[in-house]
Amino acid sequence: MSSAANHFKPLALELCALSKTFKLGGGMLHKSQTLTAVNNVSLRVPRGQVMGLVGESGCGKSTLAKILLGLTPPSEGDVLINGKAIVNANQKALARHIQPIFQDPYSSLNPRQRIAQIVGLPLRIHGIGTQKEQAAKVDEMLELVGLPKRAAQQYPGQMSGGQRQRVAIARALIMRPDLVICDEPTSALDVSVQAQILNLLLDLKDEFGLTYLFISHDLAVVEHLADRLAVMYLGKIVEEGTREQIFTAPRHPYTQALLASALTPEPGLGVPDIGLGAGQPDPTRPPSGCAFHPRCPIAQPQCSEQSPKLTDLIQSAAQGTTQPNHPRVACHFA
Amino acid sequence: MSNLSSAERSTAPVSPLLTVKQLRVDLPVAKGTLHAVRGIDFHVERGEMLCLVGESGCGKSMTSLALMGLLPRKAQVNADCLDFDGVDLLTVSDRERSNLRGARMAMIFQEPMTALNPAYTLGNQLCEALRRHQRVSRKAAHDRALYLLERVGISAAEERMRQYPHQLSGGLRQRVMIAMALMCEPDLIIADEPTTALDVTIQAQILHLLRDLQQEFGTAVIFITHDLGVVARIADRVAVMYAGEVIETASAQALFQAPSHPYTQGLLRCIPTPGKTLPGSRLQAIPGVVPNLVEKVDGCAFCNRCDQADELCHTTPPLQTVADGHLSRCHFAHQLANPATINAQEVTL
Repeated sequence: MSSAANHFKPLALELCALSKTFKLGGGMLHKSQTLTAVNNVSLRVPRGQVMGLVGESGCGKSTLAKILLGLTPPSEGDVLINGKAIVNANQKALARHIQPIFQDPYSSLNPRQRIAQIVGLPLRIHGIGTQKEQAAKVDEMLELVGLPKRAAQQYPGQMSGGQRQRVAIARALIMRPDLVICDEPTSALDVSVQAQILNLLLDLKDEFGLTYLFISHDLAVVEHLADRLAVMYLGKIVEEGTREQIFTAPRHPYTQALLASALTPEPGLGVPDIGLGAGQPDPTRPPSGCAFHPRCPIAQPQCSEQSPKLTDLIQSAAQGTTQPNHPRVACHFA
Repeated sequence: MSNLSSAERSTAPVSPLLTVKQLRVDLPVAKGTLHAVRGIDFHVERGEMLCLVGESGCGKSMTSLALMGLLPRKAQVNADCLDFDGVDLLTVSDRERSNLRGARMAMIFQEPMTALNPAYTLGNQLCEALRRHQRVSRKAAHDRALYLLERVGISAAEERMRQYPHQLSGGLRQRVMIAMALMCEPDLIIADEPTTALDVTIQAQILHLLRDLQQEFGTAVIFITHDLGVVARIADRVAVMYAGEVIETASAQALFQAPSHPYTQGLLRCIPTPGKTLPGSRLQAIPGVVPNLVEKVDGCAFCNRCDQADELCHTTPPLQTVADGHLSRCHFAHQLANPATINAQEVTL
């Protein structure tokens, strides 16, 4: 936790060549297909930072989140949390370090339980404290996320979307995890409420020294929150760097198109013609070479033959804890 | 009826295409009556893009359903005037209404998968939209569908005509919905959050397309959204809704440059905007929640969340003109529209 303040930047999360493939279909008449949802993903998230993860639907962001939460095992590769591999770790132990906040607070809370039960459930499962201590902790947590005391006795159905998301945040943080996976935590909320929740997430991060993996398709929100950013396309990371690097000088053509298509509230600019071809290709039949080449405005013949490699993470003397200070890009022409 | 070319259309008289005065929609719910729309006024000019913007529950979708005549029977629609190009939509018969729908006013919904019939091919559904309203041959309907599918950027259109909705991606389905809405060349298209379910790259492509076609065909569009970024980029005029009322209307330029209602100002301040908000800093959120519209709302509906509210705000604010074509429902609209106040606010960002 935050007490372990370190002057070198230890990693809260490290992904080493992580892959996940699914077998689809198969049977008497159909040949089974393999879908590579996450393809050789390596990523390092230093403690106390916010890593933004962006990409279109179907790019593998949510599968990645599921692997991290231990909800599905990876096909290949390792996940290290605080330097320890989690691949065969027991899920209960894992839950103490990593917790999720999901997109839809309407379906992620049990409608038949009172808020106090929902928020206190992790404590009961892990057998932490007496009933009285648990209740006190729930009250403390509800206050931290800005809910009134009476909320404890309410049901989710009596609450607004923003209040429910506060409940989900309280539940995620009551175990004092190190790492929180935020999977589109504000996209189901109204803009005025979104700002309240983003502020809360920022406050709690400082208070508890949390590390966030922040998955979103809203680039303005990611730019506001993230220290670093990874861009995914068809299961692969195509570019990774600091917020400044990605937003001021994006190098991958896909990142450039994503940034161009973010509509900022500036009248008179019109809708940009981003010049991407058709939609995403079928992930069961990814294009040869660079997966982005059919949509890429600068594609060359080489791109359909050779798959560009993501620049490697630079190993440094400080036991692999240093981030490369140049962005990593997977493009022949970056 | 609708095979007018856009040139003929532009010579039409200049009265607004749609005039809405004091529209009210009440829905019976378990605890009483939900006043979903509480007396709104707006108009739509021919060929313009009007954005209705607001958060969930503000009545924007109810307004569009009332215009289309798609509200459930138990809903009560009242208005002083609901005039669509000379047709009174309040008294029109069901039969006339369904002749209007699709032919002269069409709708594009948020989720194209539920709006398209999964059991029929796209070609079938596209042609039906035209043949329901006009006596045209199968061949002519087929040709028009093919032409429009190509216009909305669908390749291999002939092949797509024989496909079913589930064989298309979300972005392609939404393109088909746009083509379907254009089949009869309507005067008005109501698009209810048509890009909310799509990825940003696809959203940009669809909006670009919608704007192009709208200008080419001279169709008026009511575009309903909660996304101010989208509004800024496509709207000619904007109507901001809050708690069942239109609280501000203005041209897109005026609204973003000189917002004159505290709610509009709050909305613009609370979204992270690159170059304006400092990354990692606290956003200026609007405190509190929207009022419950089952209960009676006294005075200004926004006053419990407004940092500038005082005694006066417990009385209903009139719609005030702050500039030509720029209206705000706030007692202090004139002070808020004053550039001096606005500059002071920008400094605090």
